[in-house]
Amino acid sequence: MLINEFLLLGAVLFCIGVYGVIARKNAVLVLMSIELILNSVNINLLAFDRLNGGNDGAVFALYIIAVAAAEVGVGLAMVLLIFRNRKTISLDDLSEMKG
Amino acid sequence: MGWFLEHAWLIPAIPGAAFALIILIGKRMPRGGSEIGIASMLAALVLSAGAAYQWIEHVNSSDGEAEAVLNRWEWFRIGDLKVSIGSHLDGLAVMMLLLVAFISTLVQIYSTEYVRGDRRYTHYFASITLFSAGMLVMVLAPNMVQLLLGWEIMGLCSFLLIGHWWEERVNSEAALKAFWTVRVGDMGLLVGIAMLLSIFHTLEIGEINEAAASGDFDSKRLLMWAAVALFIACIGKSGQFPLHTWLPDAMAGPTPVSSLLHSSTMVVGGVFLVARLYPVFHVGLDMNILGQHFNLIAVIGGITVLIAAGLAFVQNDIKRVLAYSTVSQLGYMMMGLGVGAWTAAVFHIFTHAFFKCCLFLCAGSVAHTGSHHSFDMKKDMGGLRKSMPITFAAWIASTLALCGIPFVSGFFSKDEIIDSAKHNDYKVFYLVGIIGAFMTTAYMTRATYLTFFGKARGAAAHFVHELEHEHKTTHDSPWPITVPLVILGLLAIFSGYLNAAPFKWHWFERWTESAIGLPLGEGIFALPHPPEFSWTSAAPGLVLVAAGFAVSLLLCRAVFGSETSPLRGLTERNIALRAGHKFLVNKYYLDALYEKVIVHGIAYPISRAAYWTNQHIIDAVVNTVGKAGRRTGDLVYKYIDQLLVDGAVNGSGTTARGAGGALQPVQSGKVNMYGALLFGAAAVGGLVLVLVNS
Repeated sequence: MLINEFLLLGAVLFCIGVYGVIARKNAVLVLMSIELILNSVNINLLAFDRLNGGNDGAVFALYIIAVAAAEVGVGLAMVLLIFRNRKTISLDDLSEMKG
Repeated sequence: MGWFLEHAWLIPAIPGAAFALIILIGKRMPRGGSEIGIASMLAALVLSAGAAYQWIEHVNSSDGEAEAVLNRWEWFRIGDLKVSIGSHLDGLAVMMLLLVAFISTLVQIYSTEYVRGDRRYTHYFASITLFSAGMLVMVLAPNMVQLLLGWEIMGLCSFLLIGHWWEERVNSEAALKAFWTVRVGDMGLLVGIAMLLSIFHTLEIGEINEAAASGDFDSKRLLMWAAVALFIACIGKSGQFPLHTWLPDAMAGPTPVSSLLHSSTMVVGGVFLVARLYPVFHVGLDMNILGQHFNLIAVIGGITVLIAAGLAFVQNDIKRVLAYSTVSQLGYMMMGLGVGAWTAAVFHIFTHAFFKCCLFLCAGSVAHTGSHHSFDMKKDMGGLRKSMPITFAAWIASTLALCGIPFVSGFFSKDEIIDSAKHNDYKVFYLVGIIGAFMTTAYMTRATYLTFFGKARGAAAHFVHELEHEHKTTHDSPWPITVPLVILGLLAIFSGYLNAAPFKWHWFERWTESAIGLPLGEGIFALPHPPEFSWTSAAPGLVLVAAGFAVSLLLCRAVFGSETSPLRGLTERNIALRAGHKFLVNKYYLDALYEKVIVHGIAYPISRAAYWTNQHIIDAVVNTVGKAGRRTGDLVYKYIDQLLVDGAVNGSGTTARGAGGALQPVQSGKVNMYGALLFGAAAVGGLVLVLVNS
């Protein structure tokens, strides 16, 4: 069973996602990075699912895909509205928290 | 088995598809998508009528109880549990299908005129079509999951429709209130479904009913809690006490929506659920306290009947009077189900849908044509009976039905509920029933008097004045409004003859009784037979109805009579001098008098008490919870956040200042900085976990 390879792939994807979330200024790219993180989790779930020989992991992965789709839908709608109102989607410019 | 019964799944599917079509291409259609909605509802109506016809044939051809017609396909499976989707047709489902499709068709036709030129015309028709589809999905449900699906579609659409004019803050708040209040109940539905699954190991409604009726379950206590959870959902959906507060606020939506919501869909959903899973509720909620056998449903229903009827007295808004009236009538249905009068309660759903829908549409017609979109009976209505004869006639027909005047539909259903309460040893609820009938008549007389009799006031006066100016006597609403009114008015009178106990006509009972799921007659969980009708047992209720009419009419006339008799000179001078302007003054004077006579006389103590309970106790509970939550938050903020956390941060800041203020750059306000901290902390946590476990 190639469990390690899958887990490594998941870990790499996760790190890329985390890097994107932290380093990117563009809201759309941040959303895409979040997708990467979610899918790295999916890979882990499916890998363990195959390892244990059940269906539960696959079901979870399906749910995560559905939830992720909904999340991106809402997220992109928010980004669109923000762009309409502010003419920018750079997260640094949008921050209203005091540093 | 007939084609229509086998293909009943088309009935919700067509409006569902129509919803998608309206959303996609509705705006490009010549009539803004309304034609798609109406066509789909007509198709559903034809299919439902076919199903009803074939169902009746099916009942007549089967001796004994007619088997339900099931049609299921696998939807999804979780482990061993297969969840199906499809149709479960029996008398109850067929009746509801026909009712929902019929009322929705009429309401949509009515809407084409009522919301003409609205800024979200297409969206309105899309939501209302999906709304009907949701109810149809729920009615057809063969299992609890499909029922939940329909239930939630309705919840969503009611939010969209009540908040249709969301630009005004009140409306969007009302929509939110409706949505959240119903959500409170919906949690009960989810919990209840899960409990049913654990008790009966199935989600199929037919199997659950069979098992519950035959006592095939391990623990009655568990079944009771499942029934309680499900009943909380019904309380929320059907606006029963104490979750009734959302219903009157739901009047913020367009009137056709209110009429659809309050007649055959949404609020009937809760009553329908009780009727659908009747064995579960009948067996589970059978309480035995202090040697008294009673059913919890009857208690809640009985309280609701009186509380809501009392509240209907103090409302000035005609739609709010009707809203409280609906709450009160739903209380009757619940009470009927509670005392074991299943057929009477379900028949009351049937008749109530026609006359309540008609009343709401009449109110809408008055507002649309006669009072310039105002629903205030005291300010903008009055004296409209001559100028709007069709609306008036339909209103009177449905009011008679609502009050339960003999030989009109409401009488046959409501009287049977009250009679069953007496017959089945629920003496208190018998009293509640006839007192409720008294109050119903009284508030409806008041509403009728204020709307159609007396002098025209405010916008209505303006309307009547304009008519005189144009030398016309009548100006009723256009045909899309009046045609549904006439049809519904006729049905309000005649629909009751399907199950007219005084004439021994029991067709409705014969067609629906197989859906009860419990045996009639003898047995542990059996239902008592419906009582034989006799005029002597109906008499006390009728006397009280007559008394309610007389008292209310006398009071109304006294209030308005005093305007014409001792103060005639004053008012006439006022009108003669400055008609429109003085009208306001005049009305104000009437208002004061009205308050003194009626409100301080009889209704004041009762309805104020009811209103007070509503405002102080129920709202107070909600408020206290909210306040307690806020106070906890305040405390947390004040002591933990301000003292501890900030103290720590400040303290470390001060100590670290010498070392270069290490913590300050962390509080940068940059989201990605926080994100990095979060992931870093998680990584450290993960590392610790790995180290500890290895």
